[in-house]
Amino acid sequence: MALVFDHLHTDTIAAIATAMSEAGIGIIRISGPEAAAIGSRLYRTPNRQKTDISLWRPGTIRFGYIVETDRDGKEKLIDEVMLSFMKAPHSYTTEDTVEINTHGGMFLMNRTLELVLAAGARLAEPGEFTKRAFLGGRIDLARAEAVMDLISSENEFARKTSAAQMEGAVSSKIRELREKILYEIAFIESALDDPENYTLEGYTDKLMDTCISLEMEMNDLLSHAEEGRILKEGIRTAIIGRPNVGKSSLLNHLAGEERAIVTEIEGTTRDTLSETVRVGGVLLHLTDTAGIRETEDKVERIGVHRAEKALENADLILFLIDSSRELSQEDAQIAEKIIMRLQEGTKCILLVNKTDLSSEIKEEEVKSLFISRGCECPPLLFCSLQTGEGMKELGEYIAKLFHTGEIAEKNEIFLSNVRHKNAVREALESICLVKESIMNGMSEDFFSIDLMNAYRVLGTILGEAVEDDLVEEIFSKFCLGK
Amino acid sequence: MEYHIDTQVCVIGAGHAGVEAALACSRLGLKTVIFTMNVDSIAMMPCNPHIGGSSKGHLVREIDAMGGEMGKNIDKTFIQSKMLNVSKGPAVHSLRTQADKAEYSKAMRQVLEQQENLTIRQAEVTEILTEDRKVTGVRIHTGTVYRCEAAIICTGTYLNARCLVGESITETGPGGMQRSTWLKDSLNGIGIPLRRFKTGTPARMDGRTLDYSKMTIQEGDKVVIPFSYSTDPADVQIEQVPCYLTYTNEETHDIIRQNIDRSPIYAGIIEGTGPRYCPSIEDKVVKFSEKTRHQVFIEPEGRGTNEVYVDGMSSSMPDDVQQRMYRTVPGLENCVIVKNAYAIEYDCVNANLLKLTLETREIDGLFCAGQFNGSSGYEEAAAQGLMAGINASMKILGGEPLILKRSEAYIGVLIDDLVTKDNREPYRMMTSRAEYRLLLRQDNADLRLRKYGYRVGLISQEEYDHVCRKERMIEEEVKRLKSIRIGAARENQEYLRARGSADLKTACSLAELMCRPELSYESVAGLDPDRPVLPKEVTEQVEINIRYEGYIARQKRQVEQFEKMENRRIPDNIDYNDVGSLRLEARQKLKEFRPSSIGQASRLSGVTPADISVLLIHLEKIRSQKGEI
Repeated sequence: MALVFDHLHTDTIAAIATAMSEAGIGIIRISGPEAAAIGSRLYRTPNRQKTDISLWRPGTIRFGYIVETDRDGKEKLIDEVMLSFMKAPHSYTTEDTVEINTHGGMFLMNRTLELVLAAGARLAEPGEFTKRAFLGGRIDLARAEAVMDLISSENEFARKTSAAQMEGAVSSKIRELREKILYEIAFIESALDDPENYTLEGYTDKLMDTCISLEMEMNDLLSHAEEGRILKEGIRTAIIGRPNVGKSSLLNHLAGEERAIVTEIEGTTRDTLSETVRVGGVLLHLTDTAGIRETEDKVERIGVHRAEKALENADLILFLIDSSRELSQEDAQIAEKIIMRLQEGTKCILLVNKTDLSSEIKEEEVKSLFISRGCECPPLLFCSLQTGEGMKELGEYIAKLFHTGEIAEKNEIFLSNVRHKNAVREALESICLVKESIMNGMSEDFFSIDLMNAYRVLGTILGEAVEDDLVEEIFSKFCLGK
Repeated sequence: MEYHIDTQVCVIGAGHAGVEAALACSRLGLKTVIFTMNVDSIAMMPCNPHIGGSSKGHLVREIDAMGGEMGKNIDKTFIQSKMLNVSKGPAVHSLRTQADKAEYSKAMRQVLEQQENLTIRQAEVTEILTEDRKVTGVRIHTGTVYRCEAAIICTGTYLNARCLVGESITETGPGGMQRSTWLKDSLNGIGIPLRRFKTGTPARMDGRTLDYSKMTIQEGDKVVIPFSYSTDPADVQIEQVPCYLTYTNEETHDIIRQNIDRSPIYAGIIEGTGPRYCPSIEDKVVKFSEKTRHQVFIEPEGRGTNEVYVDGMSSSMPDDVQQRMYRTVPGLENCVIVKNAYAIEYDCVNANLLKLTLETREIDGLFCAGQFNGSSGYEEAAAQGLMAGINASMKILGGEPLILKRSEAYIGVLIDDLVTKDNREPYRMMTSRAEYRLLLRQDNADLRLRKYGYRVGLISQEEYDHVCRKERMIEEEVKRLKSIRIGAARENQEYLRARGSADLKTACSLAELMCRPELSYESVAGLDPDRPVLPKEVTEQVEINIRYEGYIARQKRQVEQFEKMENRRIPDNIDYNDVGSLRLEARQKLKEFRPSSIGQASRLSGVTPADISVLLIHLEKIRSQKGEI
């Protein structure tokens, strides 16, 4: 416990220093002796060169990129950023400080923060920047105490809200994992404390099984974290269809305002338009695209190009078809593009619009767009953006496609939090170390070192103290003593 | 006119805590008197006849490393010895011996009698005398006053004790000894509140009436390792006495179930809280009803007696139920009981009232140790006795107090747990209570703690030099083994193959080779022609240090983090009312416990990380006001 001062003054801490919200710019602050080195590991100049930030003139801010380096040393661009460097003692914390101004969006901020942590920083506890500022003589006590008051109350608030958040399935999952681990530790400890009563013979095989199942369950949690991300971040949704099929109307309908210009002239939307809306309890980042068609118009061609790009990045495609007109070559071309995306796991919903007008196409015809190309037809929905018919069903379709009910309960709050993700990751590592110890033929008392660590780390997610659990467990489960 | 005698330290009680405390004080040059209700009960073992065992063996080693007596005394008087958990890692190896109870007590009495500066006095201490919240002396039942600078209370289970067997209640201490009655009022009068704990013991039987052919024999180790660093291993290779193993069965359990309402615990007569790790057979049957049998060890009480101890079946059932229940156990069908099993209730102190030195916060110069502090077990008592003795002496002599950290010794864990945690039952040491047990092994107690014994003056220059030399030899040998490279030459491969080990792909160090499970320091000797001749105590450490290097390194990192917090001291005179924005619950807890370090504060239940931050800021403020950095 008492993580706040675990590493008093000696290590480098980092956290998102701005309020977590969807909008605006997010700042990740890194403070401590390693700040510049950690920044240098992740930052690239506009021409993608490495640079030693500690040599920058203190107080400067520069444009560049944050990159992620994979095992083979290949760099992947994560975000465009502005990065500033302040040298000790001329910073808020009076330590070397690097601030990364990201484009915002929780996903990117969290991603960048994770990279910073992976590069050697420790996640700051609430109020830790302020505490360092005080300890460094940067702010006076009255101010520090005021901030600490706030932190205590925020802490209390966070504790309460997190307690509320943790009521769900996830906390019971973590509890279940911990119980399993604790049982194993207690068994080992009982056998060590009372070797004449409990034998560990044949125990390692059983423990190995437990470790493998723990490993799977934790891996599961981590991979679901990505689904949780989609939910929290929102689903990148591309609205697509040939010109004047009602794409902008759909966007407007969902956004509830006249956002895109809607006319009856084909090609009105020349660029992509974006909007974030909530449909069926799910956050959608809608992108209204220019109708995809061959065009001579230069500006429109750029729009079409962007539409194709949006299609590529989408988690969900809403494909609109005009039921008042016969299917065209363009519809078929779009379907082909979608089929390619479907094979990559992207989801799609077919919206047959304008049911208020006379119908020129049959359901079978639409389905054969896909079936004739050897692909299962995505869910299909008849609707009218004029009358609003089918809009309610759309929300249900989306919720169903992303299993949101399930995910929301399981992951929404939980693993989208970097600290929690790190905790599960560390616990997973410890369990792998136990497996390694088993395979190396170590004796049982070595297992509990890492089992205990896994147990402790998972406990930080629930905010529970470790100390006396073990002794309680030993006494309640095992008949010890003579 | 009051009759008085002048001395420096008064030790109240001559059990395992009292004798260590008195020996420490007198050996450090202080005039010491040790009081006992009966000189024939010095270092008596009123319960089980063994010393050591899992984690308790560690305590004995640690006591010995710092100059205590328990290890030396059991080496003189044991009748069986066994190293437990030898198939496990070195951290949980633990020495356990059967004692000859009468001999143990007799030998310890001799040590006390021969100790310079030490007087034994048979008397009941009835009053602690104080002036301005400071101990000035103790009064005994005759009215005589012993003036002193420090008093150490080690009353064990004697204070206001009563023994229970079914409906029968007798107001005695353990084993029918006279209890002490008057001290309770005196303690309450000076602001030391007491509470009530309970423990129990099984029956003793006439060994001639048991049929050992129905039990499994349990013998000691072929080669015995002594407890004490100063015992010559040759002296402990004696003829040993066996123990026997048998089991309870459903018939036993049925008798207990049928009569459960006659047990004073289940009938609600007993008020005290009993230990869960040492459950009575009634408890075992009720709480673990799914178990169809429980182990019973028959252990001799000594060479000079037929009496045997029935380990695993402590009880407070009425006599007739005891008789019937014991006789259902194979081998005990015709048993004759010499002493019946009983439960005992006694007064003790809540150790939360103590400092880590085991001095009360309330009264200057008043120390407490042993079962009186809410612990249980001879070894736990002895460890506290030694520490209380050392710290009382340091206080009088003006030396630094000795406080062992959780990362340094089981004794550190024991005392920190007692003083800091909320203990609601008698506290027993267990390996699982020690977070850093891989570092706190029974094999390295001397390397960990000799220096402290030397610093306070209980370990001689010669003994200290020996351990320093040992430490140097270990370091040099580890370094040497890491530096010697073994190439993939053919003769090396053959050497490895002959020992069931895989070929070398590339050259590696001898140390790396030793880490292979099938190899050891011994078995790679053939690849190491320049190996120096080293004592076994050195090579044993070399082997452990190399083999478990990764795990040891991991624990050391944990310890570093832990110690950072431990090293942030909280001044004794801190006023928690001055600390702004502490939560109410935390403020109360801190006021009540008065932790000596930030680390200790963080272990208090109800103190959150945010509270600790607030506290740290306050400490910084005090520091900067004092004009320090």
